[in-house]
Amino acid sequence: MSTLDRSVVEKVAGLARIALSPDEVDRFTAQLSVVLGAVDRLREVDTSAIPPTASVLPVDNVMRDDVVRPSLPLEEVFRNAPSRDGDHFRVQTVLEER
Amino acid sequence: MTSASALPRTAAEAGALLRRRETTALELAELAIARAGADQYNAWLRVSADHARAQARAADERLKAGDGSPLLGVPWACKDIIGTKDIETTAGSRILEGYVPPYSATVVERLDRAGAVMIGKTNLDEFAMGSSNENSAFGPVRNPRDPARVPGGSSGGSAVAVATGEVVFSLGTDTGGSIRQPAALCGVTGMKPTYGRVSRYGVVAFASSLDQVGPFAVDVETCALVCEALFGADPNDATTMPLPAESLRTGLRDGVKGMRLGVPREYFVEGMEPGVERAVRGALKDLEREGAELVDVSLPSTDHGLAVYYIIQPAEASANLARYDGVRYGLRVAGPDLNETYRRTRGQGFGPEVKRRLILGTYALSAGYYDAYYSKAQKVRTLIKREFDEAFKRVDALVTPTSPSVAFPIGAKVNDPLTMYLNDAFTLPVNIAGLPGISVPCGTSDGLPVGLQFIAGSYQEATLFRVAAAYERIAGPMEVAA
Repeated sequence: MSTLDRSVVEKVAGLARIALSPDEVDRFTAQLSVVLGAVDRLREVDTSAIPPTASVLPVDNVMRDDVVRPSLPLEEVFRNAPSRDGDHFRVQTVLEER
Repeated sequence: MTSASALPRTAAEAGALLRRRETTALELAELAIARAGADQYNAWLRVSADHARAQARAADERLKAGDGSPLLGVPWACKDIIGTKDIETTAGSRILEGYVPPYSATVVERLDRAGAVMIGKTNLDEFAMGSSNENSAFGPVRNPRDPARVPGGSSGGSAVAVATGEVVFSLGTDTGGSIRQPAALCGVTGMKPTYGRVSRYGVVAFASSLDQVGPFAVDVETCALVCEALFGADPNDATTMPLPAESLRTGLRDGVKGMRLGVPREYFVEGMEPGVERAVRGALKDLEREGAELVDVSLPSTDHGLAVYYIIQPAEASANLARYDGVRYGLRVAGPDLNETYRRTRGQGFGPEVKRRLILGTYALSAGYYDAYYSKAQKVRTLIKREFDEAFKRVDALVTPTSPSVAFPIGAKVNDPLTMYLNDAFTLPVNIAGLPGISVPCGTSDGLPVGLQFIAGSYQEATLFRVAAAYERIAGPMEVAA
């Protein structure tokens, strides 16, 4: 299962929306194969009767009253925006007009 | 001490000088600003001098009015992964370069309220991913005990700022050892609280089920004072526990006589440097001589900690770091379409270690591998936690080495991620189980600091500080680094 080849790294990098150079793909394939080899040892552990732990906290949902609170001023919200159009973040076209 | 060139070493010393009117908060701030500005180790990403002076003047007003807050006027440094309103916060990454948060993290607000004076922001491994501080987009931090060596990571700048006496305390974050390991390698004290003690609101998220904020200082008591200011529920972080405020300093003078200290045999393994083992074995003898009872303990799943950590942590990171898309803040590298803009922004904005972990985490969560990796790791996480829980039925605290090695040369491990990850083998099980841990200086090996780690049960920070303070009295203080 830990066989990691270039095509897997390229596919996963695509899922993670990260552009990699061919050199990075080579390097990460080799390095992550070593890491996965170490991680694969978990398969030796018998966990058939063990529940998973997602959080160590002894609490589930924390409820609060639904109270209206002030939010950040718009100028603060847009302060770090790479591109702005009025009260919107400007991005490239997602859906072309037909 | 108006013209003195050294800051007081502890919060208690600073408080005494301030209240005897032998100095002012503004004088301490000016001294810290000058020291931080002259730092030789790339520990600082930015010194916020004007902000510090304004805070110091306000602290002096409060001091004049007789305010007894123990951190009032005390200069501190903030890891640059913790958001600070109107002060650039980069997480050590190109992708956040120039980002100015519109609000401060809860931990910063609490220290503001306590009257502590923030001098600036410290260097770190990008998004806290690293054990050497070589992964910062803004250059590596150097170890003041030997500038050819790493300070540890990821909170390397915060460790160095305290080791050099540039500030009295600092904040770091610890996901798998990022406070305790650099504390060990730089010869200072660093503490990670129980998961749920400290708000993560406003802290750049890395691995949300593991991250905690905690202090660095020269002494245990300062760490305890900072924790008293930080601890407590925060409505903005639903993972903070609603526990009553408590003094964490009640046992600081009590010593270890009669305490049962567990020594987990899985933490004394091949691969540990002989000098580290010698120092830690010596510390165990010292603790025994002071009246502690050493108890042999076994935590058999320790060996699987690294594998669990390197599934859960990158998986959580891959979800958390999805937000860096070049749309609302941070770097944007435009491509021909939106998807290509995402890919280029993240390809150029993230450094190699971050990309490696995001690919690993995405892989572990992807269809077909989820059960084999992520789900399996969560189950082994249960085993690790249970073993700690069992151990704390028999002992008051555990004692281990903090790191298997002393500070290593810059560049020695950068091309071998797995070897680098092994630096955290003794610290990351504590995060997996959500426990509090502390590293205190425990002598040297070939002139380089060794760290001794104490681990306590959940919410038993007062016990943790008691045993750490007892050992600190045995070991004596570590000297200021050059």
